Amino acid sequence: MKKSLNILAIAVAAFTAATAFADDITFGFIYVGPKDDYGYNQAHAEGAAGVAKLPGIKMVEEASVPETTAVQETMRNMIVQDGATALFPTSFGYFDPHILKVAKQFPKIQFFHCGGLYTEGKHPANVGSYFGYIDEAEYVAGIVAGYSTKSNKLGFIAAKPIPQVLRNINSYTLGVRSVNPKATVQVIFTGDWSVPVKEAESATSLIDQGVDVLTCHVDSPKVVLETAERRGIFVTGYHANGSALAPKGYLTGAEWDWTSVYSNYAKLVQAGKTLMAGGIPHLVRGGLKDGFVKVSPYGAAVSDEAKKAADAVKAKFMDGSFVIYKGEVKDNTGKVVIPAGKELKQQDIELEKMDYLVEGVIGSTKS
Amino acid sequence: MEEVEVTQTAPAGVLPAKQTAGFSFFANWRSTLEVIVMPVAAVIVALILFGIFCLLQKVNPIGVYQAIYKAAFGSWYSFQNTLIRAAPLMLAALCTALPARMGLIVIGNEGALVIGGVGATAVGLAVQAMQQNPAPMLVLASMALAGMFFGGLWIMAVGALRYFRGVNETICSLLMNYIAIAILNHLVNGPMKDPSSLNKPSSFPISDDNMMQCIGSSSVHWGLVYGIVACVIAWILIEHTTFGFKVRTIGGNIRAARIAGISVGKLTLITCFLAGASAGVAGMVEVAAVHGRANESLNAFYGYSSILVAFVARQNALATIFVATLFGGILASGGILQRSFHLPDATIMVFQGLVFLVILFSDSLYGKIGIFRERKG
Repeated sequence: MKKSLNILAIAVAAFTAATAFADDITFGFIYVGPKDDYGYNQAHAEGAAGVAKLPGIKMVEEASVPETTAVQETMRNMIVQDGATALFPTSFGYFDPHILKVAKQFPKIQFFHCGGLYTEGKHPANVGSYFGYIDEAEYVAGIVAGYSTKSNKLGFIAAKPIPQVLRNINSYTLGVRSVNPKATVQVIFTGDWSVPVKEAESATSLIDQGVDVLTCHVDSPKVVLETAERRGIFVTGYHANGSALAPKGYLTGAEWDWTSVYSNYAKLVQAGKTLMAGGIPHLVRGGLKDGFVKVSPYGAAVSDEAKKAADAVKAKFMDGSFVIYKGEVKDNTGKVVIPAGKELKQQDIELEKMDYLVEGVIGSTKS
Repeated sequence: MEEVEVTQTAPAGVLPAKQTAGFSFFANWRSTLEVIVMPVAAVIVALILFGIFCLLQKVNPIGVYQAIYKAAFGSWYSFQNTLIRAAPLMLAALCTALPARMGLIVIGNEGALVIGGVGATAVGLAVQAMQQNPAPMLVLASMALAGMFFGGLWIMAVGALRYFRGVNETICSLLMNYIAIAILNHLVNGPMKDPSSLNKPSSFPISDDNMMQCIGSSSVHWGLVYGIVACVIAWILIEHTTFGFKVRTIGGNIRAARIAGISVGKLTLITCFLAGASAGVAGMVEVAAVHGRANESLNAFYGYSSILVAFVARQNALATIFVATLFGGILASGGILQRSFHLPDATIMVFQGLVFLVILFSDSLYGKIGIFRERKG
């Protein structure tokens, strides 16, 4: 038994040596759910797969890693066992305390976290964060949805009333009402990121109330897309392209483009730049213009009129001239939240503390 | 309150006859051997079934076994990972193991863990707020007591509903898990919310000085010691005290226990309280050693895995220590299967499920295999 273990040890050592020969840089990707959830995790996994194709990059990944000591262990394993030098733990909840703790233990390894939580001076120098203004794509999807609805009732199934989610609901609604001021968006909060049963129930009840365009912000839009398709209504996607799940009803959707983001990081790392030396910025954010997010190709049901209007706004996003949040904006209780004449650009910190629903949304942030 | 007539039956894995085996190792060596051989054989059968699964995935099962061993127990580095995962499993498993000895199948471990964690956070924050620089020991001790208190009450409620109203404790405790998670979400979104935790609503943090430390220079936190101590105390309590004897008698035959004058109601409530208290400490450890605050990450399914641990340990508190370590190891090796063998992330759940099924099945074979039968006279 001992002998066979020794042989195994030698074999493992030989194997690691052989793989380490090629002067590859190893990236480690960690996801909180399965890689094929048609949602948040799939979007990241597709980005990782894109990076893995680049020459000189080796990729290791682990899915369904909970936000406990398990993720600290996975990070350490990737560093110690797989030789990863740059890690991408992609779930929002990985940051504090897990990434912060492991980053202190491995000051030479770079940690890139999706969520934009990095604070200068407070967090270790080998930690960076990135995030995308996906609400730009939501606004464009909202325009398409606003043209496509016949009942003027739209539905939004959301996980939690937190700023990130509220911003998507509001941008979507502003997009809808920019072309269809009569339309309303009914929001339902399910209370958690992945509760398929509640998502299905919410979708069914919204459709029963006459909603004819649905969308969502949950970890996996699969259930919402499938329910909408089965009931014969329109739907816009989130996170990843969901047209395969709703071939008839899929209008468009707001997608992440992590392949482009991760490829940029790969280029910087390969060029020998680091977060620690300042070669890579600690905080990276971007929208449509910067290739962080994209709009799904329009479905067959989208009218030419809608396409034209959506493309026009998309073009303005691409040249940086479009502002979603410009006054006057009222919340759905009638209170003015952005006074007339005031413009909040995407990077405005005020937008990251959003705690209201704009006029036209039916629902409340109180859960 | 009027007492509802209940007929509690011993669950699978709790054979009262076996429990008297105790220390009489040599006198009853056959049945003692049976208790050891059966689970080991069951794990081996599960390994073979899992090997077939690996073959279907076109992966060499021997390589997979070796990788699991290496990632779970192969070195001090990996064994620490196993122990870190084992700690909450030990504590939470007692939540099922203790009531099972009196014939109650309680699966509210997740809920008691969450409630214990939230309660411990609230009390820890209160102590921090009341004193300028509280001694870390004081903060941790009050958190542990709070975890026990709130977790204990949570499962005691299950016991009370069972005893006074005849509500099925399994369904009741399962559903109460969802209530516990809803309470957690409500508290961290409302009364306990730290306004700076924008996109992941959380409570205010327990300060770093007051957190539970690691044991010596290892990366294993003191929660492991809590777990081992709790299991040993539970074992002594159940196997070697009159209290435990009464509990086991109720599990064996509740009517006989009543006739013998055992106060079934009182014992049900106390046992359920102890069960919940133990899972509550698991929640406290998660907050004090890992997260530093209460938020949705508390709900990390340790509670559900620990039900399996309790059953595989055949509801024996001492065996729980070893089974929790084994399961900790299985969980800790999940990563290597993905990274080295490109197996799907659910693979380790398949393995865990197979182990559980085979162990449950093996329960039906106790006393049926000739070689383990005690010879008369």
